[in-house]
This record gives sequence, structure tokens and C-alpha cells, in this order.
Amino acid sequence: MKPYDLPDARGHFGQYGGTFVAETLIQALDDLKAQYAKYQHDPEFRREFENELKHFVGRPSPVYHAKRWSDLLGGAQIYFKREDLNHTGAHKINNCIGQALLAKRLGKPRVIAETGAGQHGVATATIAARYGLECVVYMGSEDVKRQAQNVYRMKLLGATVVPVESGSKTLKDALNEALRDWVTNVDNTFYIIGTVAGPHPYPMLVRDFQAIIGQECIAQMPEQAGRQPDAVIACVGGGSNAMGIFYPYIPYENTRLIGVEAAGEGLETGKHSASLTKGVPGVLHGNRTYLLQDENGQIIETHSVSAGLDYPGVGPEHAYLKDIGRAEYVGITDDEALKTFHDCCRIEGIIPALESAHAISYATKLAPTMSKDKVLLVNLSGRGDKDMHTVSMKSGLSFYCHPECELGRHAAASPNAEQIIKLVKG
Amino acid sequence: MMNRINTTFSALKSNNKTALIPFITAGDPTLESTLPTMHALAKAGADVIELGVPFSDPMADGPVIQRSSERALAKGMSLKKVLALVAEFRKDNAITPIVLMGYANPIEAMGRQAFVTAAADAGVDGVLVVDYPPEEADDFSAMLIARDLAPIFLLAPTSSTERVQAVGRLARGYVYYVSLRGVTGAGNLDVADVASKVAAIKAIVPVPVGVGFGIRDAATARAVGAVADAVVIGSALVQTMLDAPPTQVAETGGAWLAKIRVALDQ
Repeated sequence: MKPYDLPDARGHFGQYGGTFVAETLIQALDDLKAQYAKYQHDPEFRREFENELKHFVGRPSPVYHAKRWSDLLGGAQIYFKREDLNHTGAHKINNCIGQALLAKRLGKPRVIAETGAGQHGVATATIAARYGLECVVYMGSEDVKRQAQNVYRMKLLGATVVPVESGSKTLKDALNEALRDWVTNVDNTFYIIGTVAGPHPYPMLVRDFQAIIGQECIAQMPEQAGRQPDAVIACVGGGSNAMGIFYPYIPYENTRLIGVEAAGEGLETGKHSASLTKGVPGVLHGNRTYLLQDENGQIIETHSVSAGLDYPGVGPEHAYLKDIGRAEYVGITDDEALKTFHDCCRIEGIIPALESAHAISYATKLAPTMSKDKVLLVNLSGRGDKDMHTVSMKSGLSFYCHPECELGRHAAASPNAEQIIKLVKG
Repeated sequence: MMNRINTTFSALKSNNKTALIPFITAGDPTLESTLPTMHALAKAGADVIELGVPFSDPMADGPVIQRSSERALAKGMSLKKVLALVAEFRKDNAITPIVLMGYANPIEAMGRQAFVTAAADAGVDGVLVVDYPPEEADDFSAMLIARDLAPIFLLAPTSSTERVQAVGRLARGYVYYVSLRGVTGAGNLDVADVASKVAAIKAIVPVPVGVGFGIRDAATARAVGAVADAVVIGSALVQTMLDAPPTQVAETGGAWLAKIRVALDQ
């Protein structure tokens, strides 16, 4: 394989990526490109980044042999990269630190972010608190309702959460609104994008900051498993945890790279978020990539039990890796992911994020088809604390609900629901 | 063949007049209102009509145009239907230039060359794709120019001199200067600042310079018209049409624009 050196100077990964934004954002992106080029290899910047990862995040995260589960399945050995053990509970913090350090060097006192489930919002709010930056997080109003706990976490950390009422009121609309904020406040604001999407240079710089995941694995796997894995498996929504673990493995030709998309209620039902499997190339949020869209080029609503995978696009580098055949992309349904979620709790004593459960689920399908000396490495990208509500609802269980919450629940069924909820909240 | 946009601006220049360019979203407030509104705007003194092609994710637009796009899409508006509207308009109006303004994805879904062919056949004169900046628009611009359609580009307060020069080399028809840092329909613009920026752009760019984003009434239109070759008004007109009785959308829009025309010509 010839050396992999993408994106090109204009941010293209083959026909994907690029800078598809209004003129109003070009200068800000040019500034960011220039600053990143300046600090990317700057020893002082690298030292500060690595120091934060070590002492604030708790890196390196371990590689763990899921031995009991591997034995039960009777095939390949499954290893987990434990990003769930990071501070804030997921891989998102790696990228937020990198971008916040750039914001500091650019002299921007205000950071903004988009968030779906709230994980990137929480990570951004966390690092903004640590560096004393003003933080505004855009979140679709539907997601605000579904992820109340993360909204509260962000508020505790001092961030302002702005519910977005436009479009489908979910992640893609939060991203639109964050871009609108950035256009308006470009002089004092740094936009911390949470995934390997958006206009150049975001897909590149988010990948570079997340690549620490794969770099650590390359050092840890020989020690833990005696060699590099036969396959690396990661879930793909926008694709940042997957790019982070895939990227350092691209030159390792004997290692398969497998991205797992959310097949939702089934790929044939249309209710899924499998952009790479079911989408067609188009332009959204500043880059050309695979998109879930209708025949008129309008972006369609997506579905997944896991809010973090619920996005109609995907990072452009994944689109490229799919087309050249270096990575393969498969789907796992809501039901399969939920079953794996419970299995992982019971068999390994680890409560995984629903996103990560998609990746683990595919590994548990693949392992029995392989011999016991084969090795699978799964990116366990986040922990499942945030998913308690979703999983308990899906399991038909009712959580303990304090009296005000009970009142709110009854109120929600009555005609004056909004008013009653306001009264309860005081 | 001489593009209608060039013909229009030449005539305006010899009469020492500023072009008035209204923007409406195709299909809003109703699918049926757009064609009569286009005729009413032309009659009220529109020199060019910008017809918005609605998109599900209008990231450069403020709330008024966002809602307008959502309503139009909910009623079933599409790029194909916008092109059919233009063809229908051309049956009764062979003079007023039509510029389509929208986002890349509906065009990419149709196929860029297929779109250019269909747009030229329908009687479109210019195309402004908000998320095709010059660095991503080389081949698309060439396709447009080959069919005598003008690629129209945005310039921003933050655009460097090098970028203004680059846009100047690619632009046909006119350039659209975004008068403030923000989205369409945003707050108050600083006329003195706009004047100095527009003067700097005019010194570099060989085509007329229009100004838009934040022009909401006759007074701002007149102030900006004093320094620009064209004044673009969108959100305020879209809101006025939305507030009109459903049977009087075209008349209300036309009457509103006529007042701006009078102010601009004073």
C-alpha cells in the first residue's frame, strides 16, 4: 500500500471532504488551518496536550481482554480499548482538549459546541470550565427532552445550553445552529466540533486528536495479546471514535477495519442511521460525504436507540475508506445492540454506552466464525451511565421517580402539561 | 447571447439607477402564491428576482428564511418544481432575470450537469449556491458559464483582498456582498462600514456589487443603494408575505416592494 497522506491541502479525501461553507466562514476556517499547521507539531503544544490527557483524562486507557465472553463464544479473542474509563466517560474529551488548547492560543474567550446525546456537550463544558472559557452548547429540543440528565451536567459545569427548535430538532439542526452562531460571533468564538465531520480542517484535526486511541493500542496490543489484532471494530455515527482507532492502523494491511453503523429498526425499514451502507454522496455541514437523503436531496430523519449514532451524515474520511475498500461498514440493529448491552453488563461487569454496544455486538457475531488464536479489538468508546433511562424504558422497567417527577409524568398526559410542568419546576 | 443579468445592469447603469433584487422562497407561503408573486414583484420594479430553493438544512439563514424553507418543503416544493415555476414565469416574462439561490445538496442529488441543462432550458439566468465557495466551484462554474448562466458568489466582511480578487476572476452577473457578520435577516447593519467595504470591492471586482443580509426597510435600502449597484431584500419581504391574507400574497408583496423602489429611486 502506498503511504496514506490525506486529506490533501484543500481538505479532500478523494472526492469527499472539502470546504462547502458560505463565504462568511472561510476566513475563520483559514485562520484555524493556519493555527493548526503552526501548533500541530509544536513540542510545547504536544507536551501540554499529552499532559492534559495523562493527568486530567487518565490516559493511557487500558486494553482489556474480555476473556470470559471470548471463552463463551468459543472463537476469536475479544479485547476492549477502554475509552469508557476516561474522565467524562467517553472518547469525546480527547478532541475537546485539543481544540480548547487551540482556542486558548487563538485568544478566543468563548467556545461553542453542538451535541446530540450530550456527551460532546458535557466534554466541551468540562474543558471550558477547566480553562475558564465561556461555553454555549446547542442541542436539539427533542434531544434536550430525551437527555435531561446531560443537560443538567452541562449546567453544573457552567455552560449555557440552547435548545434548537428548527428542522427535526436533533443533532443535525444543533450543528446548523452552532454554525450560525459562529458566523455571527466569529471574532471571539471558537467552534469545537465533536466529530470527524464539518468543513476542512475539522475532519483532519478531530481525527488527529483522537488518533491517540489507536496509537496507544499499537503499543498495548503486543503486550496484551502478543500481536496486533486481526480486526479493529468501532461504532460509527459521525465517526470520531472509529477514526481515532482506525487511523494509526491504516498501514497495518493485515488488520481489517470494521465500522458498525446503527441499523435502527432494520436497514430495510428506513428507520436507521446507516449513512455509509444506505446513503448516497452529497454535501452537508461543510463536506461531501455519504448522506441519508430523499430523491430531491433533502436530508431525512434518522433513527437509532443510541442518540450518539443518530446522524444523517458521516465523516468524509470514512466515505473514502469505504470506497477504496480499506475499511468495511456493517449494521447492528437496536435490538442486537440492546441484547449486547445486557450481555456485557452480566458477562464482563462493564456497562457500555449504547453506541459502543453496537461495535461489541458485531464483535460477538464475528468471533465465533474465527479460530481461537485470532484477535479482535473493539473500541469501547464510552460508558453506559447516560443510557440508564433509555435501557430501562426499553426493558419495560420504571425507575424510581421522586414525587415532583411523578407529578410531571401525570402532568405530561393532561391537556395543560406544559403549564403544570412549569409550576412543578417553580 | 447576452445574459439577461448583464442587459439589466447595463440599462440601469445608463439610467444611473440602483438595482432592486427581492428574494422569495419558492413555495412559501403557498405553492400557488409564488408565480403570481414573481409577476407582481417584476411589475413593482424588481430588476432581478432571487428565487430561493428550499433546503432541509439552511445553515446560512436566519429564522425567517429557515421557517420559510420548512413551510415550502412541507408543502412539497423541490428543485424540479422550482425549475418548472421558472419555465412558467418565462411564458409571460422574457426580460426579468431569475437567479436561483440555495444549497448544494439538492443540485448534487439531481446531478450538477443535469441541473445546469434544466436551469438553462427553464430560463434561469444565474445561480448562487451558498455552500459552493470558489474553491469548491471550479467545475460547476464552468458548466454554468458554458450555458450562459452566471455563477454568483458571496463576499463577506471577513473576505481577504486575495479572496475578493479570486471571486472577481470567477464571478459573472454580480457579486453579493453580505453586509454583516451573521445569518440572513440579522440585526442592524453599519452603513458607513458597508460603504467602505463596497468601495474596496468595486475597485477589484469587474461585475456589479449587490448588498444584502440585514436590509429590512426603505430607509436602509436607500442608504445602501447610495453605495451599492444593487440592493437585495429577503427576510423582510418573506415575513411581509407570510403576514398577508392568503389570497393577497402577491399583491401585498408587490405593494411592499413598490415602496422600496420609490425610496431607492429618490
